[in-house]
Amino acid sequence: MSWTPGEDQIAVQRAPEPGAAGGTYRAFGETLRGLKTTFARVVEGVTTIQYPEQKVPVYPRFRGRHKLHRFEDTGLEKCVGCSLCAAACPSDCIRVVAAENTPEDRVSAGERYAAVYEINISRCIFCGYCEIACPFDAITMGHDFELSDYSRADLIFTKEMLLAEPIEATPLRGEGE
Amino acid sequence: MTLGLAGYYEAWWIQIIKSLVIFGIALGILPLIIVYERKLLGRFQNRYGPNRVGPFGLLQPLAEIVKFATKEDSRPVTAVGPLYVIAPMISILAAVAAFAIVPFGDAPHIFGTRVGLYGVDTSIGPLYVFAFGAIAFYGLVLGGWASGSKYSYLGAMRAAAQLISYEVSQGLALIGVVITAGSLSLTHIVHAQGGMWYFIPQFVGFLVFTCASFAEVNRAPFDLVEADAELVAGYFTEYGGTRMVAYLFAEYLNMMVVSGIAVTLFLGGWLLPFGIDPPTWVDPFIVLAKMFLFITFFIWIRATLPRLRYDQLMSFGWKILLPLATLNALVTAIVVVAVHS
Repeated sequence: MSWTPGEDQIAVQRAPEPGAAGGTYRAFGETLRGLKTTFARVVEGVTTIQYPEQKVPVYPRFRGRHKLHRFEDTGLEKCVGCSLCAAACPSDCIRVVAAENTPEDRVSAGERYAAVYEINISRCIFCGYCEIACPFDAITMGHDFELSDYSRADLIFTKEMLLAEPIEATPLRGEGE
Repeated sequence: MTLGLAGYYEAWWIQIIKSLVIFGIALGILPLIIVYERKLLGRFQNRYGPNRVGPFGLLQPLAEIVKFATKEDSRPVTAVGPLYVIAPMISILAAVAAFAIVPFGDAPHIFGTRVGLYGVDTSIGPLYVFAFGAIAFYGLVLGGWASGSKYSYLGAMRAAAQLISYEVSQGLALIGVVITAGSLSLTHIVHAQGGMWYFIPQFVGFLVFTCASFAEVNRAPFDLVEADAELVAGYFTEYGGTRMVAYLFAEYLNMMVVSGIAVTLFLGGWLLPFGIDPPTWVDPFIVLAKMFLFITFFIWIRATLPRLRYDQLMSFGWKILLPLATLNALVTAIVVVAVHS
């Protein structure tokens, strides 16, 4: 790399020296233009979204908190306790303990079911691999994103919590919105 | 062409009541101005201002005052003891004293006694304001110096240079008004504006006065005394708790004083245009409404202009404002002499 002095010089655009007429014009005339610009912002109105009361609707494919699903007709759980989601999980936050279904106590449609199904939400990176790994579409990424809590223990979501409907539905963005 | 004090006498207790009422009004309006400023600034930036504390965020200043009042009054080891404590008091005292001169109306008869709707009506109105403006400035400089910190000191030095430069133009801008009205008493000046408010014949004076006032009260775009980005907070960097509140209070009160003076000298005080003559009790509200408009303009400018660089500040003050103000005074003097002879 050769470098000749003066090559990296840049031309600086300087405002005219503050003469009487030019300086006065800049001080007052240009200020008027600026005032117009800012006043246009007032006319434009407010773009703030008042968050806790007003939420931005999420996109349909938004990956929020997980949901576990049941069959709508029989009410049986879709999850068969195969642990593929736990295997796919890069942050290792899913814990599945499977148990056998018995004719008296039938929980899922398959042979086995998830006796314990826990997701540590504080570790989850919301990548959605569990959803892809699941052969029965038993787990999907939901739309809830308000997941803060006071203790880490409260952020371990159990099967019952994942199966339940969220208390407050997150607004969903419609088609073309 | 009358000079001298208003030709009536007020009992001492009337003066005490008057000063209490004026002080109470000023104290009551100040927090509203602060919340108004923040809300309006928000609108200028496409957002709401504070709107969480109380209805429409109106209790925001109250919450802030409680916060400040419960804070520790810290003091750097390098601070110069008594001066560090006295400086904010000087600032606030000067601001309150200057507010006494703003006339909110004429001197009507209230319960059979003649009471002037102002703190004092001195025969040297504008000079009184400048005198207290100069004292206020001791508060700034002493505060900055007594803090024993380089940022405070830099801020104080900037304040000194800025106030000296702009006070000249501010004073010269008023000379045009004084020549036209033929009096230094603020009530006389308002009465003299019966035909036409002075901001029309004295438009240049009004512009210069407004600009210089922005610099006098350290508001944007001349707030390089505080310059949050460079000097932390200028002369009150080391102040905290209620002492800092005193400085902020003085700044906003100065804003009100300057608005009051501008309203009195250029915008016709308590007079209304087009021959509308409301009852006397409306007068203070007219003055307050005009001050409110002027303060809105202050905030609008703050939302618009970036802070000037130091050399820009100096060249604007000395090379643009001062010649304009001088020319204005000169032309006014010639015109007045020509008309009268």
